Amino acid sequence: MTAPIRVSDVTKKFTLHMQGGVELPVFDGVSMTVKAGQAIALTGPSGAGKSSLLRLLYGTYKADSGCIHIGHKDDAVDIVTASPRQILDVRRYSLGYVSQFLRVIPRVPTLEIVAEPMMQLGAAPEKARHRARELLKRLRIPENLWGLSPVTFSGGEQQRVNIARGLCPDYPVLLLDEPTASLDAENRGTVLELINEAREKGSAIVSIFHAKADRDIACTDEFDIQPFTGGVCG
Amino acid sequence: MLHDDLSCPLLRARSVTKIYGDHVGCLGVSFDLWPGEVLAIVGESGSGKSTLLSCLSGAMEPSEGEVFYNADATGLTDLAGMPEPQLRALARTDWAFVHQNPRDGLRMSVSAGANIGERLMANGARHYSNIRTTAETWLEKVEIDTSRLDDLPETFSGGMQQRLQIARNLVTGPRLVFMDEPPGGLDVSVQARLLDLVRKLVADHELAVVIVTHDLAVARLLASRLMVMQAGRVVETGLADQVLDDPQAPYSQLLVSSVLQV
Repeated sequence: MTAPIRVSDVTKKFTLHMQGGVELPVFDGVSMTVKAGQAIALTGPSGAGKSSLLRLLYGTYKADSGCIHIGHKDDAVDIVTASPRQILDVRRYSLGYVSQFLRVIPRVPTLEIVAEPMMQLGAAPEKARHRARELLKRLRIPENLWGLSPVTFSGGEQQRVNIARGLCPDYPVLLLDEPTASLDAENRGTVLELINEAREKGSAIVSIFHAKADRDIACTDEFDIQPFTGGVCG
Repeated sequence: MLHDDLSCPLLRARSVTKIYGDHVGCLGVSFDLWPGEVLAIVGESGSGKSTLLSCLSGAMEPSEGEVFYNADATGLTDLAGMPEPQLRALARTDWAFVHQNPRDGLRMSVSAGANIGERLMANGARHYSNIRTTAETWLEKVEIDTSRLDDLPETFSGGMQQRLQIARNLVTGPRLVFMDEPPGGLDVSVQARLLDLVRKLVADHELAVVIVTHDLAVARLLASRLMVMQAGRVVETGLADQVLDDPQAPYSQLLVSSVLQV
């Protein structure tokens, strides 16, 4: 079976037109492969570009050259050259991303936000909500908050809602940007446990963790991005 | 490989150009829109967004280029070659146009309920109490008190008129909605509700939307794809999050303040 994530020779720079066309190199020649059931932790100093690499994999940043193949429907799609429509399809079925920020339409209840990605995959609404309730319970979001929009929740609660949403469907590829950043010990443990479950089910995972202890629990390998960075951006 | 190659888009624009005398409205705009997609068009005032919207919706004939629509899934048909009655029937059934100024999209001389019911009747609804119930349901959806059903839109606030216009447009379950700066004059809480309503229709009924907006936050939450226009031209197009987080064109960078928040 081909690996669900195959990155080869990716180069990325930002061109700042508003500042006289200054160029900021971000990556030069990054290559990495992540197999199903493998969880790679990106390492490197703060500002080296760990989050940028996740955004390149998700298609939020445009690579200048190279290939990023993501396994999708028994095939693979090169995110670098794919059309927006293809990337949206990959994101819907194959590629999950838990960012550090929860961006949602205000007034939509938490339970719906968590269940939504699974419904978009075609799951029956009740099945998706059942899975959402299970995750919210495990992540200790009090049940009386499920009917409310998460926009007024605390940072830690929003982060857990974001994680529940990202892990609700079983994506073959998962990108996790500091999923344990603002969590207490108990919730941190639960999140790491959920990530391990996703990996054991066969997800290929790329993640960023601040704490080495977290990496040791939830990741099978580490990938130091420093040799490939321009060292300018975070 | 993907259904990209197999299925047919709902709307296709090819080199759509509109020239007013020696002034450019929009120039060489091309794109495809599929069911379930929301395309946001952003750009400063006078960049040609509304002109483009008029050309796409058949309200205005482009000076050059073509607009194709996949009516009844029979394949793409050139709007320019469509007989006027068919075009009008499309505008009544398949399409909805939410105007920037609600007065342009409402009939001010008939009641709120009639404004909603009119479009239903144009689509064949005849049963009075069914029409009235549907109208009430839609007033609730856009958060207008159902006791206002028999009032004239004239007596509504601007924000309420805008919501009524949206209800009137969406009641018949169109496949394609054009929106010209719709959430502009709305209360923040109602705007959120409308965004959610549109999002649901897109997700559940594969509604396709072309929305002109100044509000990049609205574009981010609602749109899957973004098109940036400047002086009548498309300067950048792509995934909404890509254009907002990694804008390539100088003008797009200016538009999103070009602060690299990495």
